[in-house]
Amino acid sequence: MKIIYSFLSILLLILLLLPNFVSDYILGIFVLIFFYAYMGQSWNVLTGYAGPISLGHSLYLGIGAYISTKLAMDLGLTPWIGMWIGGLGAALVGLAIGFLGFRFGLKGVYFVLLTIAFGEIGRLTVLHLKPLGHMMGLFVDFKPGLANFHFRGNLPYYYIALGFVVFSLIVVRALEVSKWGRYFVALREDEDAAESLGVNVFKYKMIAIGISSFMTALGGTFYANYIFYLHPTSVMSMWVSIEIIMRPIIGGLGTPFGPLIGSLLLTPLSEIARSYFTKAGLEGIHIVIYGLLLIAAVLFFPGGIFAFIKKILKPILRESKQM
Amino acid sequence: MPLLELKEVNKNFGGLKAVSQVSFELNGGEILGIIGPNGAGKTTLFNVITGFLKPDSGEVWFNGEKTVGLKPHQVCKKGMVRTFQLVKPFIELTVLENVVVAALNRAKTIKEAREKALRTIELVGLKEKTNTLSSGLTLGHRKRLELARTLATEPKLLLLDEVMAGLTPTEVDELIRLLKEVNHRGVTILLIEHVMRGLMALSRRVVVLNYGQKIAEGVPGEVVKNRQVIEAYLGEEFAGAQG
Repeated sequence: MKIIYSFLSILLLILLLLPNFVSDYILGIFVLIFFYAYMGQSWNVLTGYAGPISLGHSLYLGIGAYISTKLAMDLGLTPWIGMWIGGLGAALVGLAIGFLGFRFGLKGVYFVLLTIAFGEIGRLTVLHLKPLGHMMGLFVDFKPGLANFHFRGNLPYYYIALGFVVFSLIVVRALEVSKWGRYFVALREDEDAAESLGVNVFKYKMIAIGISSFMTALGGTFYANYIFYLHPTSVMSMWVSIEIIMRPIIGGLGTPFGPLIGSLLLTPLSEIARSYFTKAGLEGIHIVIYGLLLIAAVLFFPGGIFAFIKKILKPILRESKQM
Repeated sequence: MPLLELKEVNKNFGGLKAVSQVSFELNGGEILGIIGPNGAGKTTLFNVITGFLKPDSGEVWFNGEKTVGLKPHQVCKKGMVRTFQLVKPFIELTVLENVVVAALNRAKTIKEAREKALRTIELVGLKEKTNTLSSGLTLGHRKRLELARTLATEPKLLLLDEVMAGLTPTEVDELIRLLKEVNHRGVTILLIEHVMRGLMALSRRVVVLNYGQKIAEGVPGEVVKNRQVIEAYLGEEFAGAQG
């Protein structure tokens, strides 16, 4: 364990110093790497640890983004406070969806369908609400300043996004060593067995979806104040949900570092592919690359890349333990 | 007052009477066996007792309280826990992690749960496998793990659904010794068992089910001579030849 923590400290130190050595463009890619790692981790809490598969997490991203942005635009409330209100809003919606699904015992694909349905309801609702920008989307006025969460250049966003990743890692690690986390994993593995051993399956699934939707919405606020433009198609569509889940799946579901590893691999690839192929008039090729990567990951790294790395490192870690 | 009491319990699946008017009592400290041919309603009865199924009518009393309508996790908190005929280990977890989940039923902290889990694992003889993933266990070891998990919840009443099926004779003997030890420590046991040697060695009283109905109850040695019981297992002709 000690060796892992020292490795992580070194990694964190490198990431803290990195902005001194790279260009603003590279920094921007890292912002996205951290953003998607954070979103993937938020989703990982529900699906990777507790089990219920959600394909509607863009809904929580959207709720977080719109609530904090509207509060900032209309009431002048700083997004630093608005993000928590957005989180609570998303958690309430998440709990409502969870209640419907878990109370009536929806499992597997049926729960997936429920989350897709609510995601689409959310997208269509926003699309037709005038105060939320209607079809035109919502433009966030750029007012640089710490209180407004608006900054010139990528550097401040880099550190904020890195903070989000560290925060999510701490949350997940704290869960892993707690009773909640143990119960999450138990009900992911076998609901009936968990229930018979005294685990209130309904309650712990609700806790999981509550934490997950809350965390996702915090990321939504970050997104709104990084991109400055909210449109239902770009923040609340099913494609966004898929973007969120790809990284933890490839990196390793139900593992603390899976989302980050997946994002380190996938986000730069998608950015490069997107910019190059779009220039060449081949838009959408990065989706094909996603598909190929997913197939490769499933074939060669069942259980994710993190599980594979762990297997390689096992002998080294064991030796260090003996020393 | 009996620890467990069933009063005219009924459970139907469509037109099928899976459990029909079943009543029996189980006293604290006792080991009671439930036998019957396949499809007699034994596992359904377990599901009704532990809250996985709601009976259509009838009452289940445990420790002086009515338990019908409680969820399985609430039943577990009251001190009644079951194993599954098809064992259900948490596959991706180690033996220790499996048992810790169960120990958290009563333990206040993870540390306390861990200590309790380690003691329970030692009791069931899985100590060498403590850090093995449960996916890597043999059936015999998986059954012990199943037992360790139930014991770690600190039950008053243990319901065992065919824990001896598929084990080698040596394993059966070890399990009999283990269950006697568990019973000796004050845990009451209700067991469904097809392995007759295990059943005879453990239970002083058995209830026989057939087509959802209780057809006999008594000392094992007498019950197996009962005409209705022989009919249920071997058919009418055989019972006639014997009689």
